[in-house]
Amino acid sequence: MHYVLKKTGVLLATLLLVSLFAFLAFEIIPGDPTTMLLGSDYTPERAEALRQSLGLDRNVFLRFFDWLCAFLRGDMGTSYSYAMPVREVLRGKIAVTAVLSLMSWVLVVSVSVPLGIALVRYQNKAFGRICNPLNQVIMAIPTFFLGILLTYLFGLVLKLFTPGRFIPFRESVSGCLRYLLFPALAISLPKIAKTARLLRASILGEMKQDYVLTAYSHGNSRWLVIRNHVVRNALLPVVTYLAMSLADIVASSIIVEQVFVVPGLGRLLVASISNRDYPVALSIVVMIASVVVVMNYLADILTQAIDPRVRLS
Amino acid sequence: MINTKDKSFRIGAGITGFMLLVILLGLLWTPYDPNAMHAAEKMASPSLRHLFGTDNFGRDIFSRVVQGSGATFLIALCSVGLGLLFGLLIGGLTGYYGGWVDEVLMRLNDSITAFPSLLLALVLIAVFHSGKYNIILALGIIFIPSFARIVRMEVAKQRTLDYVQNARLMGVKDMRILFVHIMPNILPVLLSAVAIGFNNAVLAEASMSYLGLGVQPPDPSLGRMLSEAQSYLLRAPWYALSVGGAIVLLVLGFGLLSEGLGGESHA
Repeated sequence: MHYVLKKTGVLLATLLLVSLFAFLAFEIIPGDPTTMLLGSDYTPERAEALRQSLGLDRNVFLRFFDWLCAFLRGDMGTSYSYAMPVREVLRGKIAVTAVLSLMSWVLVVSVSVPLGIALVRYQNKAFGRICNPLNQVIMAIPTFFLGILLTYLFGLVLKLFTPGRFIPFRESVSGCLRYLLFPALAISLPKIAKTARLLRASILGEMKQDYVLTAYSHGNSRWLVIRNHVVRNALLPVVTYLAMSLADIVASSIIVEQVFVVPGLGRLLVASISNRDYPVALSIVVMIASVVVVMNYLADILTQAIDPRVRLS
Repeated sequence: MINTKDKSFRIGAGITGFMLLVILLGLLWTPYDPNAMHAAEKMASPSLRHLFGTDNFGRDIFSRVVQGSGATFLIALCSVGLGLLFGLLIGGLTGYYGGWVDEVLMRLNDSITAFPSLLLALVLIAVFHSGKYNIILALGIIFIPSFARIVRMEVAKQRTLDYVQNARLMGVKDMRILFVHIMPNILPVLLSAVAIGFNNAVLAEASMSYLGLGVQPPDPSLGRMLSEAQSYLLRAPWYALSVGGAIVLLVLGFGLLSEGLGGESHA
């Protein structure tokens, strides 16, 4: 309990620091937002008046505090390029990215664990000999190139989906999920390769322990030893890794959304940085960063919940 | 310390060596001028005349991939160099002297490295704006914490060893001990970190340029070419394949090299 409290304290401090850093980063950007907002109507007097009405003449930390309070209430400011509240701009996009990330994560969890065990079980069979080098290659393919390969194969050759034509939830839930399956594959394939390799290494490491010898001496076959004794222990580091990888997946969705033209947070973030729409960019960065911090926190808590050794040390 | 018989090391060194050779050769000679357009040969499929075919302007893709690999490699080289330089300084000093500065910097370090580097790169590019030199600066800054952490850990380990104590007793100055006596001993670990640094740098440069936030036209880059190639995926799939293949070879080579040098790959 003490551990959880301490971690929660650290979590809150990190969240505060992260949002302060993001705020300051977008604050030191060269150029004055008033120049852009006023455009051709620019005069020094108008700029001064606008600066006062936006509160830009006040201390930066006071402004951070105001911004944070407003952000927590759900008021994220006004987008420069859409001239409407950031909240309206983000509406619907969060759900798309959340569904895409969750789908990828479910794929990673459900495929990598059986695959990792199979890699050890059939280590010296053809399966192991093909899968191990294949894993290495898949891990080296950047997600965006993998996305392009999948677009070509499933979209243009097999025509299982129309690249670039995203189907919104409202039109058809199954159509939407079907379209999102391909970006989810692009995100999860390298992660599956990596997690399976990690599990394989963990099992092989665990096989050197004394209790494995004992299990063999009871007459168990290699597979039975792995299934009944080793897997449970070997999964520990993998569970932590899987919990933490959800944050990574959210980050890779930024780029995969661009490849498959999925209207989610990532695509909006890239567009808002290109258009210098900083209120939108700042809100998305803080949101994604908070997800990352919270996921890492949950991974820590989960690890100590399932592994008493962490609690003691 | 380096096990040259290691399979990962050998394959990685082979791939990286091959790519470097092609890049070096490309500085002196490419089959065609990478920017010369031939209206008569638009979207030609791969042949003996054009090894990887031609693009929508009739430019030779092989020449362009060689040039783009060189540009991407150069950016990786500069940003890893930048990260390594400051990482060595910060990590070396904090690891050698310790104290509260060390404590604070390492806490800060931990929280930065927990973040996906793509998100950090996006924030830094929002601050600096896109462009060749800004992407080098942004990636360099992102690499400092991981290099600093590795250097700090190794220096802190070496500091307690007898040879350092002896040098100190003989009156050798701290800076000389740190950079002349300790540094050569942490070289093997550093090499592995540099290899994984290159792996990450190539990936990050290609990602950012693919998103349109990295290298801007007319500067060449593999990432930018890949986003162009995506528009012609149906009519010229070889374009995307050869550009992507070059990225994969660079990433795979450095990744295997790092693994062979005894590091863990965390791309």
